[in-house]
Amino acid sequence: MAARLLLLVLFAVVAACVGAAAAYQPGSAEGHTIAGRIKIDAASAIAKGFGLPAKTSNTKVILNGGQRVTFARPDGYFAFHNVPAGTHLIEVSSLGYLFSPVRVDISARNPGHIQAALTENRRVLNELVLEPLREEQYYEKREPFSIMSLLKSPMGMMLGFMVIMVFVMPKMMENIDPEEIKQAQEQMRNSPVPSFSGLLARANS
Amino acid sequence: MAPPRHLLLLLLLGFLAAASLAFTLTAAVYEDQVGLADCALNYPEQGHNEPCLIGSRGRADVDGGAMASRWRREDATEARFTFNIWHQKYIGKVKQAVYHSQKSGRRRVVVLTEENVIASLDLRSGDIFWRHAIEKNDPVDELSLSLGKYVVTLSSGGSILRAWNLPDGQMIWETNLQVSKSSKPLLHVLSNNKVAKDNLVFVLAGRWIYAISSIDGVISWGKEFSLDGLDLKQIIQSPENDIVYAVGLAGSSKLNLYQLNAKTGETVKHIQESFPIALCGETILGSHNVLVALDETRSDLFLIELKGESISYNKVHISDLVQGLSGTVKLLPLMSNGVIALQASSTVSLLKLKGIDGLEVIQSFEQPAAVSDALTITEKDEAFAVVQHTGSEIEFVVKFTSDVTGEVIREKINIDQHRGNIQKVFLNNYIRTDKSHGFRALVVMEDHSLLLVQQGEVVWSREDGLASIVDVTTSELPIEKDGVSVANVEHNLFEWLKGHMLKLKGTLMLANADELAAIQAMRLKSSEKNKMTRDHNGFRKLLIVLTKAGKVIALHTGDGRIIWSNLLQSLRSSKSGEMPSALRICQWQVPHHRVMHENPSILIIGRSGADSAAPGVLSVLDSYSGEELNSLKLDHSVVQIIPLTVKDSSEHRLQLIVDSHSRAHLYPRSPDAMNVFLHEMPNTYLYTVDIETNVIRGHSLQKSCDNSDDEYCFSTKELWSIVFPSDTERIAISETRKMNEVVHAQAKIIADQDVMYKYLSKNLVFVATVSPKASGEIGSAAPEEAWLVAYLIDAVTGRILHRVTHHGAQGPVHAVVSENWVVYHYFNLRAHRFEMAVIEIYDQSRADNKDVMKLILGKHNLSAPITSYTRPEVMVKSQSYFFTFSVKAIAATQTAKGITSKQLLIGTIGDQVLALDKRFVDPRRSVNPTQQEKEEGIIPLTDALPIIPTSYLTHSLQVEALRGIVSIPSKLESTTLVFTYGVDLFYTQLAPSRTYDSLTDEFSYALLLITIAALVAAIVVTWIWSEKKELRDKWR
Repeated sequence: MAARLLLLVLFAVVAACVGAAAAYQPGSAEGHTIAGRIKIDAASAIAKGFGLPAKTSNTKVILNGGQRVTFARPDGYFAFHNVPAGTHLIEVSSLGYLFSPVRVDISARNPGHIQAALTENRRVLNELVLEPLREEQYYEKREPFSIMSLLKSPMGMMLGFMVIMVFVMPKMMENIDPEEIKQAQEQMRNSPVPSFSGLLARANS
Repeated sequence: MAPPRHLLLLLLLGFLAAASLAFTLTAAVYEDQVGLADCALNYPEQGHNEPCLIGSRGRADVDGGAMASRWRREDATEARFTFNIWHQKYIGKVKQAVYHSQKSGRRRVVVLTEENVIASLDLRSGDIFWRHAIEKNDPVDELSLSLGKYVVTLSSGGSILRAWNLPDGQMIWETNLQVSKSSKPLLHVLSNNKVAKDNLVFVLAGRWIYAISSIDGVISWGKEFSLDGLDLKQIIQSPENDIVYAVGLAGSSKLNLYQLNAKTGETVKHIQESFPIALCGETILGSHNVLVALDETRSDLFLIELKGESISYNKVHISDLVQGLSGTVKLLPLMSNGVIALQASSTVSLLKLKGIDGLEVIQSFEQPAAVSDALTITEKDEAFAVVQHTGSEIEFVVKFTSDVTGEVIREKINIDQHRGNIQKVFLNNYIRTDKSHGFRALVVMEDHSLLLVQQGEVVWSREDGLASIVDVTTSELPIEKDGVSVANVEHNLFEWLKGHMLKLKGTLMLANADELAAIQAMRLKSSEKNKMTRDHNGFRKLLIVLTKAGKVIALHTGDGRIIWSNLLQSLRSSKSGEMPSALRICQWQVPHHRVMHENPSILIIGRSGADSAAPGVLSVLDSYSGEELNSLKLDHSVVQIIPLTVKDSSEHRLQLIVDSHSRAHLYPRSPDAMNVFLHEMPNTYLYTVDIETNVIRGHSLQKSCDNSDDEYCFSTKELWSIVFPSDTERIAISETRKMNEVVHAQAKIIADQDVMYKYLSKNLVFVATVSPKASGEIGSAAPEEAWLVAYLIDAVTGRILHRVTHHGAQGPVHAVVSENWVVYHYFNLRAHRFEMAVIEIYDQSRADNKDVMKLILGKHNLSAPITSYTRPEVMVKSQSYFFTFSVKAIAATQTAKGITSKQLLIGTIGDQVLALDKRFVDPRRSVNPTQQEKEEGIIPLTDALPIIPTSYLTHSLQVEALRGIVSIPSKLESTTLVFTYGVDLFYTQLAPSRTYDSLTDEFSYALLLITIAALVAAIVVTWIWSEKKELRDKWR
């Protein structure tokens, strides 16, 4: 419930003139403003043919896992007002981009001093300019049809093997001593139903 | 030369046979999968392919189309659809609607809904132009248009004012206001442009009044009135000069009128008037200077005239005006030109003001009826609409405020019975070609649907009740009867021929637009995936959802169309004003062998009031037709619903309903069910989690209630309780396994040929507690004072099987329990990142059963019954990982036999669904897995879980305000059906280990055909060769 009360806002400029209000809203005078900017390189997204127009209209900025949500303005700026001192988390949700959550420390002793760091790679931000870590490709690129991929597939390999067998095997047979072939043929006649394994064994020998 | 030839032929033939076999086997599978393919061809890429997916009535925005593929190609016309995906966009029940002005030319309306969505809709079709779902903790109270190009919204009790660009919904500015607590903040946009260059927007909340420039959101002035307990109620703009009047109530009987300078906010004058009776705070503006207020008892009206210098008032008894009023009397908002509307439980009355001397009743309408706000037509005249029910139709009447007895329009409109009563109406006018005024209206019905009525017809309707789904279940479709399809073809031989001619035309690109549409419709009808019968793979099902409005809707999994809907009578609000609440939907009767001829049925459980002690209501519906078979008013409350695993002889699922006195009631109430249950009763245990008192209790059942002769009522006996110390721990979440989960393997074979037995108990309960200081939001607690304790508890004995403390961790906690593992998500304050932890629990007592000899000789305890009473020897493994996002929901995939490996379905903060393989949350992951472990598929340990963009189930779609994810097993073991709901609905099929039991979508049919053709050619060639060679040999 305390957090709910803290939602009440304090504009840095107005703060002075509404001093009376702060009297019955204890704590609100301690509120700080987290202001930052979201920077999405629109050109790159379109150039890549990603298809999703880089619009900031659906970019949400989320404080502390949904405690407060705001939207980015056309120029990418956003602000949370009246945030109490402490350590906070800002997440950015924008379709097509992965943003790292940002840890924001508001020091109680040193008013106005705000420190920010990306939680994913611990990079410290000098100013709160949030850029996407990467673009998200939600679709796999389908492999284009190519002869090589056809040949590499199991069936293609089998086909290749077949071809080799058809053309190379007879050549190999020619190299075999004709006497040996005659011997083999004789054996064939002796056993009318040749066994598959037997043939293979013979071919190897 | 004979042997090699034979060998070759043998090989070739064998291969050919195998290939053709594979081909025929997979043809059926393929047919099921490509259903949508043709449908989207004509609606590539962008836009709503509505005619393709959903009928003309009952529309929803469907983004299926080109996205329904794992691939996206630049030439989307070639995209082939494999898995079936649909996405429907909704907005929720409309509570406020503002039309664009006539001048802008665009026929659009901006609406605010109870699901906290603001949206811009096309008036011609009901399509959504843009939409924003605002968080629930930032409720939007007011919506208005400013300058004809901004939408201004006031939210969070009057403290946040935002302006959105009207054409595209981009937020232009946001202003935070310091206000005191107010029951109902007000937003007022100055209508004329005289006051200041930049149009001012006034915000009234409690004691505060602000004037804000609507161009950039800069506060022009803000003012707090120092009067104690002041609540500003109205702002009145004087037409001539820069003066605005603010009217407020202090205490409950002191009316204050402030005259303010609109430019500077200076108080010009302050008048206070005390009333003899307290006012209830409901005031409306009757005409430009007469305020109408209700007193506390809601039996008298005060007519208050505000003159520049003084306040004078007159009291009128409502009972003198309207006879036989009952229930709470309400003033309906804003009517001007001296006409006000008074709503009671049975009637709506229109009253005309005669100065402050009195009121005159013009007309009374029987409830249910709705009156719209006044709509300015000309300088002097305003129109309003009254809608009431007459039999099965609704009557739409438009009147002018200058001549209330006359009627401009009286139209009768036929409306679907299952939409219930009319609740709200928003009137809009347009200029006809002959310069006369035409009227249309948006109508909000009891089932939350939104309809546009114009010229006595419903132009379009939106089924927006689907934005507030309470619970989901599924039902199988009827079995296909043999011969039906054949008979149909013979019957319509001509139709059949015509259809084929059309299709031929379509393929030859000769068809015109109409014919194309006909082909579409035909394909849709005959499409394998949209049939109304059960399919072999179990992909076609009915998703039966229960909405907040008490409407039950059945959706077809093929394309998400509505098969039937039924607004339950028992869950409709009664005349006495009680709001029943829908609770659960579950399967009631799933016919199998004995009662095959009966249709399956579903049970809907609700409460007759909002209070948890209110008596419950039950309804049984036929799942094929939606007809209500039975309805029951219970004489006890519903606190907990326990579906039992047993069925009675007519295949009814037994249900136990626990009331607020901890008594369990058995349903169905039949002797047969009783017999079955009495058999099971000694083994039935219940547990309750009481979050308020921080206690978990286990109960057993005892025969019959003490002071009741109801034999289907059972009293409970407390067996155990776990009391968490409330100064150190608060229950955050409790989770159990899904009742219908199937586990295939009891044991897990690990790397070194060792076996681990999973501890598979249906009674396993996961409970997480957080320290009181950490129960708030992130940022409110320091790492030192925050901790999270995870428990695994056996629900029968109350034994704590495992307990682990995460220091410096806090909620919100989300968890999923499946098989023998729990995965939970929380926030790590020390690292300041979200974390996911896994606990796997193994049964140590059966670990000795490794010796094969022992197994053969029967010296094992595998067949020993597993009981909760023996002290289990369990072993627990756990690990935790960083996870990038906040989470809204977690679920685990479920398949028919539980063989397929599991995936976690994570609803992220960006309203997407991420599928994460369970292998990533395996506690046996280590930094350097051994060779054996690698073979087993253990992934090297990393500190964070990977976010793989292609594993988003939702691809580039968002399920706005995501609330729940349901995984439903299909008959095909590899595939599970995933239904996600929030404000939007999303459905897809998912194969966690790829489709190993059917051909994947990558399967190249061209390659198969080429291979077969090549093989045939090779056979022919070799055959000719060998013939020739033989001939040559013979000649030799």
